[in-house]
Amino acid sequence: MGKIEDLEVINGEGYQLTTLDKAVALARANSVWPLPFATSCCGIEFMATMGSMYDLSRFGMERMSFTPRQSDLLIVAGTISKKLAPVLQKVYEQMAEPKWVLSVGACASSGGIFDTYSVLQGIDRIIPVDVYVPGCPPRPEQIIDGVMNIHRLVKHEPMRRRYSEEYRHLLGNYEIEVTNADNDK
Amino acid sequence: MTNNTLLDALQVQLGSKIITSEVLYDTLVIEISPAEAFGVIELLKNDADLSFNFLTLIGAVHYPEEKGRELCVVYHMHSWKNAIRLRIKCYLSQENPSIKSLTPLFDGANWQERETFDFFGVNFEGHPNMTRILNMDEMDYHPMLKQYHLEDGTREDKDDRFFGR
Repeated sequence: MGKIEDLEVINGEGYQLTTLDKAVALARANSVWPLPFATSCCGIEFMATMGSMYDLSRFGMERMSFTPRQSDLLIVAGTISKKLAPVLQKVYEQMAEPKWVLSVGACASSGGIFDTYSVLQGIDRIIPVDVYVPGCPPRPEQIIDGVMNIHRLVKHEPMRRRYSEEYRHLLGNYEIEVTNADNDK
Repeated sequence: MTNNTLLDALQVQLGSKIITSEVLYDTLVIEISPAEAFGVIELLKNDADLSFNFLTLIGAVHYPEEKGRELCVVYHMHSWKNAIRLRIKCYLSQENPSIKSLTPLFDGANWQERETFDFFGVNFEGHPNMTRILNMDEMDYHPMLKQYHLEDGTREDKDDRFFGR
């Protein structure tokens, strides 16, 4: 219960009251399972971030999930070529809601130095991105900063957001269907 | 074997099939007409003395200003026995960029010819699977031809000044 002080709570004798939204968001934020989609040098920096020196597991991210079905956070680190773009979009579609995307480095965010015909000019052309980490490649400290910004988003996300019309509209811009749309009814 | 003795040996074998010859960067370069390329490479491979048994590379160069010979297909051959390399150039026209595939001679030619097709649009006749290999299948042009821009056509936030252009 290390971070309970972030929440608005009512303390009583032997109990503590808060809203379900906030309790769930707290649980989600401290157990984000990332899917590392690493293609190049940003991926090496991300490996350092996962390693014992920088130790991403301090943030409840011990387990890298190499299946999109069981992950909450898609970490795209590296150059995405146009040929790889449909693969990345498919991986994103296969993730269960709620899901977040962290774009690590210049290439994933904008195509970076690869101003060329074969490289996707930013992954936000095919999937919605929550947090961008600048750098070429970014230091592990920057990646951790990006992860903590994701945590901040997760902590303040209302539980109904993923069922909202706005969210469906957002994914509609990328021609992606909301996977849990049926729960809405 | 040196470049000079190799050229002498080639002239005995090929005679007038060698259109030009020169030594560039310590390697002998000969030009052959595209129609004869397959036969020449087959001969170089099977000849017991020359024994150019290894096809190092197939590539192409685009010279848009040279009318009628815009595309140059380059073969790099290596003779392990004689420890010497040879470059063979064949010039094709933009209108009909076709040359016979080397896949019956070297299995390794398969992917290299697909790559050359992908980037330059050279059609290798008789290739078992003449399709793109590296670029995405939806691409509708051959990007290394010089009439096409190197930049991504959909870019929005990049300034030529920052890319040395």
